[in-house]
Amino acid sequence: MDAVVKKQLKIKACNARIGIIEGVYNAKSGHPGGSLSCVDILTYLYFHQMNVDPKNPQWEDRDRFVLSKGHCAPALYAVLALKGFFPVEDLKTLRKPDSYLQGHPSMRYTPGVDMSTGSLGQGISVACGMALGGKLSGKSFRVYSILGDGEIQEGQVWEAAMYAAAKGLDNLCAVVDLNGLQIDGKIADVNSPYPVPEKFKAFGWNVIEICAHSFDEIDAAFKQASEFKGKPSVIIANSVKGKGVSFMENEVSWHGAAPNTEQYEQAMSELKAQLAELEA
Amino acid sequence: MADTVKMATREAYGKALVELGEKNDKVVVLDADLAAATKTGMFKKAFPDRFIDTGIAESNMMCVAAGLSTTGHIVFASSFAMFAAGRAFEQVRNSIGYPHLNVKIGATHAGISVGEDGASHQCCEDIALMRSIPGMTIINPADDVESRAAVMAAAEMDGPVYLRFGRLAVERFNDPDNYEFKIGKAVKLCDGTDVTICATGLMVKEALAAKEILASEGISASVLNFHTIKPIDEEAIVEAAKSTGAIVTAEEHNIIGGFGSAVTEVVCKTVPVPVIRVGVEDKFGKSGPAVEMLHIYGLDAANIVAKAKAAISLKK
Repeated sequence: MDAVVKKQLKIKACNARIGIIEGVYNAKSGHPGGSLSCVDILTYLYFHQMNVDPKNPQWEDRDRFVLSKGHCAPALYAVLALKGFFPVEDLKTLRKPDSYLQGHPSMRYTPGVDMSTGSLGQGISVACGMALGGKLSGKSFRVYSILGDGEIQEGQVWEAAMYAAAKGLDNLCAVVDLNGLQIDGKIADVNSPYPVPEKFKAFGWNVIEICAHSFDEIDAAFKQASEFKGKPSVIIANSVKGKGVSFMENEVSWHGAAPNTEQYEQAMSELKAQLAELEA
Repeated sequence: MADTVKMATREAYGKALVELGEKNDKVVVLDADLAAATKTGMFKKAFPDRFIDTGIAESNMMCVAAGLSTTGHIVFASSFAMFAAGRAFEQVRNSIGYPHLNVKIGATHAGISVGEDGASHQCCEDIALMRSIPGMTIINPADDVESRAAVMAAAEMDGPVYLRFGRLAVERFNDPDNYEFKIGKAVKLCDGTDVTICATGLMVKEALAAKEILASEGISASVLNFHTIKPIDEEAIVEAAKSTGAIVTAEEHNIIGGFGSAVTEVVCKTVPVPVIRVGVEDKFGKSGPAVEMLHIYGLDAANIVAKAKAAISLKK
């Protein structure tokens, strides 16, 4: 993709990572690992792919996004804030009693959130319903949804996978954030969903495999998905849990833990150094 | 009234959906492979493009319904009560209830009167489950006239509604030409002085029969039809407690957590008077002809009469 655009996306994604750490640190809880693994794709979606208007979050022709892995709300909030749906400063209110930034996304509290999620396996079904609604209304909006690789252990994901293919929901594009870890350990050890691409192929989807942190690959994947007709598309995104913060990378303990002050400062200094390098 | 009409409330539901579909092209109906039984098949026949069969996958269906509703459609999602409220409870709670989406759940085959299929399909827990979801409206119509009215009213309001229908054909007692239905407003069917029978669903007809039996023994009973279980008509309950000083509730549901519990909760905090609940006494059902099963489980006029006398004897 265009070098200037790619650089801008990398800067946005780095700022979103800073927002994730700010939120989780101030909340003293939350899910940094999976937020950091899917944030490049979220950044791409909101800054390069989706047709949305921060001034009119309920615009009926907008593209929709459902964070099926709802615990990664810090990533969604950071990207929505950077996009202009609400002030970036408010990311620090995450999970606080008066905040509109709930622990898991709520469409009733937060501008730009299209669906309340958090209970794994449900978001992808809701995304199917939105895609179906678009087709029934003759509208051309597209629907995107990110699932976790642990999440696809939920049986409902496969009900949705069967359904989306059976109904030819080609206006739906799912992403599986394949970071390989879940709360209890390695996904392969807990209850292996592998091989993931073959499973979706068998269910009748258009399957694309990429690196979740390469904007060139992300760009090519969403373009291919948008052009593909007759089947829903799924992007299997091989990612690094905790990506961008050295001590969080590939460490299962960072699934659902907040950094202490020392760790926060180290994470911020790493991310700010990355940002300075990008902006140089 | 003219000739007696007998119709299952699920049948009336199917007919009402077709009527609604004719008036409003935003109405979409979902089913999970039970269209022939839930009677959404009538809508499927009339509006095939607006009927969606999700196959045997109720969890997915409820969430698809949620997503559809966010695109401006009025969605009715149907299955048996056991699966709509039971299997898909958490989907209804998190993807419909929590975001307060405009989804109407058409749950048929509720209660013991499912009959021969037995306990696995006789859902007597659905009212308790749905009552516990904040913002959920619950309507349990008593005959075909009320079922039609309930469907129309549910479509008119914005927000989730749980509509509870039965398999068994029941006798019509509401007048189709003059029936006024308002969500949350109980209907007084007759006035009495000694006891009030608060009934819902097919137990309303039994309550009316019980009233006659009680009258023949010199006991005067009021009968209230609570088609809406949530929000419960507190005013009607308070008035009943004050005017008769004893209450019997009657429902085709477990006595734990259902309609009787809702009435009791109101009575306890307002005008404490004796309340005795008629319902399934914390048991699973069994296979057998529907009407026979209702008698076996005490869901009949005779048991209401007995409980009415007991409630009266408890009066201070």
